[in-house]
Parts: sequence; C-alpha cells; structure tokens
Amino acid sequence: MSVDGIRGRFGGIFERDVTLVVAVLGALYLAYILAGVAFGYGLRGQLNSIANLTFYIGVFGMMALALNLHWGYTGLFNIGIVGFMGIGIYVTALVSKPPVGDGAAQVGGFGLPLFVGVLAGVLAAAFFGLLVALPALRLRADYLAIVTVAFSEIVRFTMMSRTFQTFTVPDTIDLWLFSFDPTADTVGLGGGGGLILNYTNPLEALLRALFLWDPYLGFVSFVEANVISNNPKPVLDGLLYGIVLLIGVGLFYLLLSRTGKSPFGRVLKAIREDEDVANALGKDTNRFKLTAFVLGSALMGLGGILWYSSRGSITPPSFRPNITFFIWIALIIGGAGSNTGSFLGGAIFAGVLYEGPRYFKNLVQAAFELGDAPRNFGEAMAGFASLDPMPFILYTLDSVSQLRLVIMGVVLIWLMHNRPEGLLGHRKETASSVDLARSGTGRSAEKPTAADGGENQ
Amino acid sequence: MTEHGHVSVVNVLRVDFTRYSEECYHVSLSETYGRYRRTLSEEPLAIGVILVALWMAWSLASGLLTGGIRISSLASLVWDGLLRGLIIGLAGIGLSMTYSILNFANFAHGDYLTSGAFAGMGTSYLIAGIGENSVGALLLVGAGGSVFGGALGIGVTTAPLAVVFGALVAGVAAIVLALAIDRFVYRPIRDESGIALLITSIGVAFALRYLLQFVYGAGVRGTTASGSVPRVSVPAIDGTFRVTAHDISLIVVAGGLMLGVHLLLQRTKLGKAMRAMSDNEDLARITGIPTEEVIRTTWIVGAGLTGVAGYMFVLWKGTLGFNDGWLLLLLVFAAVILGGIGSIYGAIGGGIIIGLTASVSVIWIPSAFGRAAAFVVMIVILLFKPEGIFSGRTTA
Amino acid sequence: MSETDESAAGDSPPVEEPATDEASSPAADDRSTDGESSATDLTELVEDDPETHTGDDDARYAPLEVEGLRKEFGGITAVDGVSFDVVEGTLTGLIGPNGAGKSTTFNLITGMLDPTEGTVRFNGEDVTGLQPHEIADRGLARTFQIARELEEMTVLENMMLAPKGQVGESLWRSIMPVTRGAVRDQETEQLERVWEVLDFFEIDHLADEYAGNLSGGQRKLLEMARALLTDPDVLLLDEPFAGVNPTLEKRLLEHIHELREQGYTFLIVEHDMDLIMDNCERVIVMHQGQILKDGTPAEIKASEEVIEAYLGGEV
Repeated sequence: MSVDGIRGRFGGIFERDVTLVVAVLGALYLAYILAGVAFGYGLRGQLNSIANLTFYIGVFGMMALALNLHWGYTGLFNIGIVGFMGIGIYVTALVSKPPVGDGAAQVGGFGLPLFVGVLAGVLAAAFFGLLVALPALRLRADYLAIVTVAFSEIVRFTMMSRTFQTFTVPDTIDLWLFSFDPTADTVGLGGGGGLILNYTNPLEALLRALFLWDPYLGFVSFVEANVISNNPKPVLDGLLYGIVLLIGVGLFYLLLSRTGKSPFGRVLKAIREDEDVANALGKDTNRFKLTAFVLGSALMGLGGILWYSSRGSITPPSFRPNITFFIWIALIIGGAGSNTGSFLGGAIFAGVLYEGPRYFKNLVQAAFELGDAPRNFGEAMAGFASLDPMPFILYTLDSVSQLRLVIMGVVLIWLMHNRPEGLLGHRKETASSVDLARSGTGRSAEKPTAADGGENQ
Repeated sequence: MTEHGHVSVVNVLRVDFTRYSEECYHVSLSETYGRYRRTLSEEPLAIGVILVALWMAWSLASGLLTGGIRISSLASLVWDGLLRGLIIGLAGIGLSMTYSILNFANFAHGDYLTSGAFAGMGTSYLIAGIGENSVGALLLVGAGGSVFGGALGIGVTTAPLAVVFGALVAGVAAIVLALAIDRFVYRPIRDESGIALLITSIGVAFALRYLLQFVYGAGVRGTTASGSVPRVSVPAIDGTFRVTAHDISLIVVAGGLMLGVHLLLQRTKLGKAMRAMSDNEDLARITGIPTEEVIRTTWIVGAGLTGVAGYMFVLWKGTLGFNDGWLLLLLVFAAVILGGIGSIYGAIGGGIIIGLTASVSVIWIPSAFGRAAAFVVMIVILLFKPEGIFSGRTTA
Repeated sequence: MSETDESAAGDSPPVEEPATDEASSPAADDRSTDGESSATDLTELVEDDPETHTGDDDARYAPLEVEGLRKEFGGITAVDGVSFDVVEGTLTGLIGPNGAGKSTTFNLITGMLDPTEGTVRFNGEDVTGLQPHEIADRGLARTFQIARELEEMTVLENMMLAPKGQVGESLWRSIMPVTRGAVRDQETEQLERVWEVLDFFEIDHLADEYAGNLSGGQRKLLEMARALLTDPDVLLLDEPFAGVNPTLEKRLLEHIHELREQGYTFLIVEHDMDLIMDNCERVIVMHQGQILKDGTPAEIKASEEVIEAYLGGEV
C-alpha cells in the first residue's frame, strides 16, 4: 500500500465524518427553518430560532464530548456532570461579578476580568474532579455513579444553602508573600435566589480581546440599516454566541480526538476494557484514570460556563441531576467511544428530543386553531366520556415540556434494548497518533512478508 | 497412558472448585489494590474521620451541658430521624434485594415509591371523599387543585379504612408496575451487564416520573389534615417532643412488614432460594432453583414494600409531589450501601442510620446539609468498607 | 514511588532501539534486545541495587526467586510456604492438580495479590507487595489463564499498548503540538517492532480485527505477543494451552522454544502433565498449596509422591 493509499483511507474516514455531520446538522437546520416558515416567522424569527438551536447543539455537543472522555474512553461512570458544570459557572460568577459595598441588596463578586473568572471556574471544576477522583476512582462503576451523583447533589445543596449565601470579604487578604485589598465586601453563592450574572457581556469580552468588538458593532449597524431595522443586536448576539459555541465544540473535538488518538488514549481504552490487563502490562492505571477524570471535569466546568454565562442569572434548580442524564442520553444516542458520534448525539438530542417537542407543539398550534387546554389530567380525560379526544390532545400538547422527558426515557430504554452502541459506538477510532498500517513506516513495506501479510480492511 | 486418563478425570471433577476460587481471586484483587492505596492515602482520612467524630461528640456534650442544645429538641430530632429511617429502610429492602439478585442499581426505584404513593393516596381520597367530589379528581389526588386533601380529613384515626386500603393499593400498584416494567424492560436484557441495566433504569425513572407529572400534575399537594392528627407531647427532661398517630402507625406498619420479610426469607423455601440467588446466582442456576420465579418474587416483595413505604411516607409528612421518590432515592441508596447490598437487615439498619444522620446532623451543620451529611456517610462507607457495615451476612 | 518509575522509564531510550537497525530477521532482533538493552534498562530502573545483575553472564543466574510464599483467604491457606527460583533462559513448568495454588502463586508473584508472608525477588530486587504495573515495568510479564484480550480494541491497538516507556502516555505530550511530533516518531518506530512480533506469531493477517472477534487460540497468541512487547526478562504464562486446538498448540510451543533459545525465560503453569514433561527442562509440582517436588521431568515421573498426589483422590 502506498502512502497515497493511506491518505486516501484516512481521507475517506474524514470525509465520511464530515458528510455525516453536515448531513445531520443540515437536516436539523432545515427542519427548524421549515418549521419557522410554517409559523410565519420573519427573518428575525428565523434567525432567533436558528440561534436557539445552535446554542443547544453547541452545549450538548460539548458536554457529550467531555462525557465521552470519562465514559466512552475510560469507562468511568460519572453521573455528577451537572455538579462540575455548576462549580464552573458559580466560580466564574464569584470571581467576575462586579464588587458591591457593605449592605448592598445583592451579593457581588471580586470584579476580576471575565477570562480570569473562566479560568478560575475551569480550575475549580478540575480541582473538585481531583477531589472526587482521588478516593472514588477505585470504586466499582455503579458505586462511582452513586458517589458522583451524590457529589453533584451536595454541590446543589451548597448553592442553595443560606450558609454560603453571602460572605463578608476582609478588607485585606494576606497571602504569604503579598497582600491585596479586594474591592469586594460581600460575595457569596446567593442561596436559593441564585446569582445575577451582571459581569461584562461574555461576547463583548471575547470580541474586545480579539479586537473585533468595533467591527462587530459596525456590522450590527450595517444590518440595522439594511436588513433588520428594529434593534437587530440581540438576534445577532445570539447567532454569534452560537458560532462561538460551535467553535468551542471544534476545540473540544480537537483536544479530545488528540487525547484519544495517542498512547495516552490507548491506555484509557485498555482501562475501559480490562483494568487488570492494563495494569499487568505495566501501566499505572490509577494515574491515567485520575488524569482523564480531572481533564473531563475541567471540560465539564468549561461547558457549564459556556452554557450559562450568557444567561442573565443562575439559580440552583438549573443544576439538578436531570441535566446530567440529558447529556448521558445524548452520548448514548451518538455512541460512547466515538468523538464524532458524541457530537452527533449531542446535536440530535438537542434538535430532536430537547427542543423538538416544543416546536412540534407550536407547529400544531399554528396549524390548527385550538382552544385552551384543560387544567389537569382529570379534565383532559373527561372528554372521553362524550367520545371527545380533543381535551386530552390539548392537555397532551400543553404538557409537552414534561412529556419530552418521558420520550427521552423511552428513547433511552429503546436504545439500550436495540442499539446500545448508538450511532457510531462500534466504529474503529484507532487509538494511535500514527496510522498503524504496516506500510506506514515506508521501509518495511518493501518486505516480502507485507505481501502475504494480508492488507488491512 | 492410563495415568494420564485418570489425571483428566480428576481435573474435570475439580473444575468447579477452580472456578469458585477464581471468583475469590477477583474479589480479593480489588481488595489488594485497596489495601495498598489505603496505606498510602487513607490513614490521614481515617484519622480525619475519627477527629470529626470526636469533635461532634465534644460539641454535642458541651452543647447539652451549657444548654445550647436542649435535650428535648435533640429527642425530637432523633425521633424524626428514626421515622425517616424506617421509611428509607422499608424502601431500601426492595432496592437491596433487586440490587443483589438482579445485580444492578435500579435508579427507577424511587419512582416506584412515588407511583405507589399516588395510587394509594388516590384510593384514600376516593374512600374518604366519595359522594362529595368527582371520582376522577379524587383518584388523581386532587390534581390541579380540584380537591384539597386537608378537607377530606384523611388520617389514621379519622379515616382508618381509607388509610388501610390506601396502603394496600399502594403496595399492589407498585407490584403491578414493577412486574410490568420488569417484563417489558428488564427481562429482555437480563443477561446484559449491570451497567447497561443501570442506564436503562435511568430511562425508566425518567419516563415514570414525568408520566406521573403528566397525570397527577406538577404541584405538591397537602394530603392530610395536619391539625386533626392526634398527637401527644412526650416529656423529655427540659421540654417535650411531639409524637403523632401517624408516627405510631408508621412504626407499626414498618415493623410489621420488616418482621414479615424476615419470616419469609427464613422460613419459606422461596426465601431460602432467594438467599441462595443473592449469594451466588450461577450456583443457584445450576442447582435448579427456578430463577425467574425467584426474580418475580423479589420484585413482588421489594416493590410491595416500596409502595407501602411511599404511602406511609406521604401520610406521615402530609405532602405529596411527583419528585418525592426521586429525592428519597439517594438516601435509600445510601442506606443499602451502608447496610451491605443484599442484606435486608442491613437495609433496615442502614436506613435508620441514614435517617438519623440526615435529621440529627443539623445539630452540627446548617440544616440545608442534612441530606449532604447522609451522602457523606455513604461515601465514607464506600471508601472504607464497600461491603457495608453489616457485611459477612448477605441477605439472611 | 511511581514518580521515580515514570522518570526512569521516560529517560531510558526506547528499548527496541538497537533492534530496529537490523530488522530483517526477527530472531536476531530479539536476541540483541534481550541480551543488551534490557540489561541497560534494568540498571536504570533499579539504580538503588548495585547487585541487580551480578549474575548476568552466569548461565545459572536466576532472575526470579520466590521464598516462603504464603497466602491465606479468610481461613483457607491457598499457598503455603512456596519457595523456588527460575533460572534464566529456561522453560520451567509449574504443575499440579486444580486448586493446588498455581494461579494464586502467579498472582502473588505478579503483584495481583499481596502475600500473607514471604518474598518475591526479581533481578535481585525485592518486589513483594509492589503493584502489578510496577512489577511488569521491571520486566516480569504475564498472561492470564483465560485469555484477557482487550475486546473492543483492534489487535494492533492491543499490541501498541504494551511497549514500555512510551512518551505519549503523558497526556500533555500527546496533545501539545510541539511534543506530538516526538510521540508520533516513537509510535512509528514502535510500530515496526509490533509488526515484526505479529509476523513472528503469524497473526499479522488479524491486525485490524477487534481482539474480541479472535478465536480462543488466536487470543492466546495475541496475549503472548502482547506480553513479549513489554520487553520482559521473564514471561509467566498461565495455562497458555487451555482451549487451544492441537495445531495451534504445536505452533505456540514452537514459538516458546524459539523465544527461549533467544534467551527469554519462561515459567508456565499447566495442568496437562504430558505437555510440561515433554517441553520443560525443569518441573515444579504443587499440591495443596505446597511444593511437592521440584526437579527434571525424569525425576518427577519417577516420584511416588507426585503419582500419589495426582491419583490420590481417585483411587
């Protein structure tokens, strides 16, 4: 096999992945645009709808990729994802919210630049990942699951508790060699009321850092003058944030496929398959598991930051274990073990299961003139007494935000029965930094043994 | 040549023993890693646990001596924790049994409990409120505010029949549900790994919980007329603590059912088979115990207890919401792990310890962390004694 | 502890290095690897013990010494005071009826289990109680009784996993653009040897297959090939012929003999007595956790005790 042949093979895989991703994303976007047409959306409405879809594709894709490192590669059963996300965004908020003086109505932060906050959030998530992993990684998979979900609940209790609602910051903080005077007086986690994210707009911070803020504003006024006359900035912000998230997905993918396609990733895979064997082959499996867990936790923290940082506020109920299970379902749809599959799973989950039912409801409501839905299941069923299914249908439509969780559950069960490997779970994503074909070395390709050695499929 | 032949016969005969000892190796393999790690990293942890315990004892003692903590309020917390623990323990028996016999952590177990509670409470509503309200609204436990539980006067003294039937229906409904789910969800993938089953159970939990929300609504409703439940004040040195009729009925029901399970496992043939299965499934299979029958019994006993536990829980605390079982589930897991998976006495003991921890811990820590304390206890047990504190005796 | 290991492994040159120059013959290749580079490797790994390879040139040098090994599970003593040594470049058989404690002995030597009493010395160093990966890193490789291939990894991935001192096992080196080049270079180099070993065991046509799809015998071959790639001094094979068809068994034996001639040392657990008698120059017979007899096949065959032990339960 010539070098060109290998390139061809590689290119084949690559092209197939790109085709698959483009096809799936294309189908999702097309469906949403068509739905928008059905709703009679104008350009503004369409763009909003696309921005919304992109946002969820971005965050679920990112989180599924991070989980794939834990579960798909290393076999670490982490169901405390939302805890790491929460730590990420809460620490970011704490560090970057503007300081408030004594006696202020709400809690403030340290007022440091947003990138410091993001860095701190990611490091905090990594640190807590280490804290969980150090004792827990040698536990059986199901025990690790219970420990991690308990951990994420403890994180949520901490967010909610009054104890951590506010802290008073001392006027001077002495840290061994240097001391500094924080301007903040009252910081905290905000308790049940949560935190208002009144730091710099993250998009603005990012664009300013890249010296793109002024060009962007120029673009916005151009759009305002020529395309959307009525305050287009929120719409464009949403779209741009979606694009930033997709770039984030790309970076996650790059990082994780490099991690996977390396000797490091190979050991992770071996641990997933049989930890004793990896150990008997001289690999310090604990070190690998620890590193993988901490890296994954850090990425989950970053994912949490990107997910929530553009929201106006965060409250503890957003960090219930449901989010964790959403991400799991996304990963299982895509196929644990495959990075491309993880992203596709995230996208499909976001477009079909997470946002889809709501669109379906709106679509039905737009298509038919429907009356008010019954207030409860009893009234919904009452219609059947007079053979009128309408109340039930209306109630069902009205409850679509709950029913989509039922659908998710059923989909998960169906997948575990019929396709536990998901879309791409069984595909060979070879864990090596180089092509392992014999001819990869060039010279040995000349050896006669190569001829009868059987070419690789 | 003949010699060789003999050797093979011996070998064949001894294969079983090897396989058995292979299993021993696997068990002790993880043990070895554990022990090695322990010497490195866990001595400080153990010392830390002891220090925390000492600090707690000291702060409790000084609190009691200086009057910072009143004995009566401590007694009230202990009483509350004990009752909570009985519910957790009762629900834990079922979880522990399915965990050891079917070999997976059932994350839908909490939602079985909620389902039982809703079905049972619907029955109680129906019995207590028939005639004045529509049957549908009553069966839906007043979904959407159509009926208010407080107005129906549900209570063990005011409507004993409604309570008895409610508890029965709760148990039966949970059993029917568990058997149906097992038939259609778990049985087709019985041979898959415990992890695959665990993930599947998360799907079951989602579907069940939000179906409950779909049918019964999202609101948390009051179910009992809190004022009308008879209560006595029990004196406790520097004050009193309250004991209600529902406390007593909870103790009676939980105690009775636990005794019943004990007798079932000890005295009946099926119980012995279940104990055998939980000890070693392969062995049970080859000795001809009808495993599907044992599995069915496991679900019946486990789900029945769980349904009743859910009903008694709701009766006792006086409110009912679609999330109740899920919120309780992690505490139930904590109890089961604490007691050692597969041990029903462990589940009961673990339940009481976890209930007490969640309640009494507020003496030392802010009340928002009561449940967190119970989780921490579970995590510490998993690290030091993953086989549970009542280990050495499985199931029996 | 692991800190030192890692740096030592990282600093040592890739062990196959001298071999890659004369890659045409796998046999010559393996010979030189074993004779020279493993010795240098060891000096680096066990700096604290100057006597490590005093006996290197001595034909009777015993890299593996086991002394007074004892293991209790609960109340049962599975291994009871076992002592023996394994001489370099030999094929030593460990036999005994099932339940005699052979596998436990293996697990004790390789660190899968901690002995209740006794010591294991490898190349002069006390390795008792070390973790399996630390022992494997010192050049004592093993295979498992029931082949434990890594099912959802290809044969090539299985093989590439094994070599020691892979710089790419550091996460940062693998993902950073600057250092990834070195990782790729080392992998490319390592790949050559992987293919040679695959050729040697004649499983190269299976290279892209998932290990889980291999037949029982092929898995045994893969496992041995993989163990070989860790560049061991001593190979512990746990029932390598169990479940292997006669043709493959013959091939496996040929490979083992060939490797022994190249200087590798083998300790083989087997309960097929004839197989061991015909192929090993030394046989250790275990019974009820103890060593019953230790000697040449002829001595074992003549031993009353051994016949008694094997037939005792039967008559």
